[in-house]
Amino acid sequence: MIEINGITKRYGKKLAADHVTFTVGAGEIMGFLGPNGAGKSTTMNILTGYLSATEGTAKIDGIDIFENPIEAKSKIGFLPEHPPLYLDLTVNEYLNFVYELKKPRMDREKHLKEICDVVKISDVRDRVIGNLSKGYRQRVGIAQALIGNPPVLIFDEPTVGLDPKQIIEIRNLIKKLGKEHTIILSTHILSEVQAICDRIVVINNGRIVADEKTENIARAVEDKSRMTYHICGPQNEVLKVIKSTPGVVYAEVIGARDNDSTAYMIESADNIDVRKPLFYAMAEKRWPIIAMDVMGMDLEDVFLALITEKKINKPKKGGK
Amino acid sequence: MFAIYKKELRSFFVNPIGYVFVALFLAVSSLVFTYTTLNSGTCDLGSYYLIMLYMFAILIPLLTMRILSEEKKTKTEQLLLTSPVSLFSVIFAKYLAAFTLFAGTLLASCLNFVVLYFYGEPNTPVMFATTLGILMIGSAFVAIGVFVSACTENQLVSALVTIVSILSTLVLSILAGYVNFTPLRVVMKWLSVFDRFSRFTTGYFDVVALLYYISITVIFIFLTIRVYEKRRWE
Repeated sequence: MIEINGITKRYGKKLAADHVTFTVGAGEIMGFLGPNGAGKSTTMNILTGYLSATEGTAKIDGIDIFENPIEAKSKIGFLPEHPPLYLDLTVNEYLNFVYELKKPRMDREKHLKEICDVVKISDVRDRVIGNLSKGYRQRVGIAQALIGNPPVLIFDEPTVGLDPKQIIEIRNLIKKLGKEHTIILSTHILSEVQAICDRIVVINNGRIVADEKTENIARAVEDKSRMTYHICGPQNEVLKVIKSTPGVVYAEVIGARDNDSTAYMIESADNIDVRKPLFYAMAEKRWPIIAMDVMGMDLEDVFLALITEKKINKPKKGGK
Repeated sequence: MFAIYKKELRSFFVNPIGYVFVALFLAVSSLVFTYTTLNSGTCDLGSYYLIMLYMFAILIPLLTMRILSEEKKTKTEQLLLTSPVSLFSVIFAKYLAAFTLFAGTLLASCLNFVVLYFYGEPNTPVMFATTLGILMIGSAFVAIGVFVSACTENQLVSALVTIVSILSTLVLSILAGYVNFTPLRVVMKWLSVFDRFSRFTTGYFDVVALLYYISITVIFIFLTIRVYEKRRWE
């Protein structure tokens, strides 16, 4: 559905995109992951015809965006990083304007009503966009992208700046849209792509560093061999017992918390679950384990993991 | 293209700027008209329109100052430029909307001329020709304003640069009088919007001048498109 081949964008000496190549199949939700400034927006702007590329080709449904821009653009619904809203129009006026702009041949009233129902903005259709909250504005932005029912949807950081409840709503909406559309979703939040996407493409410094199925990346991220434990008891003795537990290859104190519990980072050998042995060992000594956490990996770790495909030994802050 | 044209025309009246333009245009034109014709006891529109040309330097930037700069600032241009419409349609629709409001207001101001028929014998064909000349000069000025607006995202900068540009095309012929170097003077005179217009006021229907104004319009619309294309490639 989407084919990007060797897209390069040069700003002076800086390479914003460096031979970016990937394809997205029909009906797939692709997560486009990378830190801020990695080249996500640049790539998406090129794909939607907003920017041109220094090199390379981009095709939507077999149509080249540079050679046949109007036809290619009619196949894309795009929500840019800043939703392109006219704040002085009402939602209704705005959606009608976009409809006229895209000129799809449809039953306009019905089509707009359906979209408003899907993104849940039916109750604010007569309100001026400038008076809407950020969550509603974002949804109007998504509504705009859906007009004309384009096969490809491109969302550039659709959940930035929303509150947790709105984020969940938007994610569910995107998942639902994914059943009928091919979607590219850019974000710098790892858990977001894990929750929604079938496939993840990771970009860093303008280069694609990974292109994997979500499960593979999830496996790398949810590495159970490194965990944090919060245990009440005398620090040195606890550490000694932990180290003597079979399967534990490394353990260290990573800080004291609360009054009597200490946090430990424990690394186990591959494929060995040390949680149960540790529990019994601590129970025997009557040192309660009050918390157990899988070590979280941040984006940087994932990059490293993906690039080097080795385990990371440096301890990181805990948390899910 | 029609969608953008319609929206743009509407937005003139959603924002107060359209009302300000129409009100200011009609007030100033009526005032100037009263002094240059009625009070001087003449039906000749020459001096009326000559003064109005200077007024355009203030009035036309009102129409064009935010027309593209605002879209750039609020990033709404991303919607226009990623929609299945050509760049030419986007720019031309914008130009056309501003020109429509200008032309409509100019025509409305022509109602003033009815008074002349009560007190004198105005030369209708000459009146028609001068108004047409003014309309086309306005078109050129609007195109200049649209071009300037494309170059900045600051409305104030856009307005000021447009004022200076329009004024400089007007004073070019005056300046040309002080230039002794003949080739330069010829070029300046040739570029002068003002010089060409004075022929209309004497009842001379100057097709060459009309073509000249249309060319300026076309050139600046073309340059505006180039500004956008260049930005895509940057």
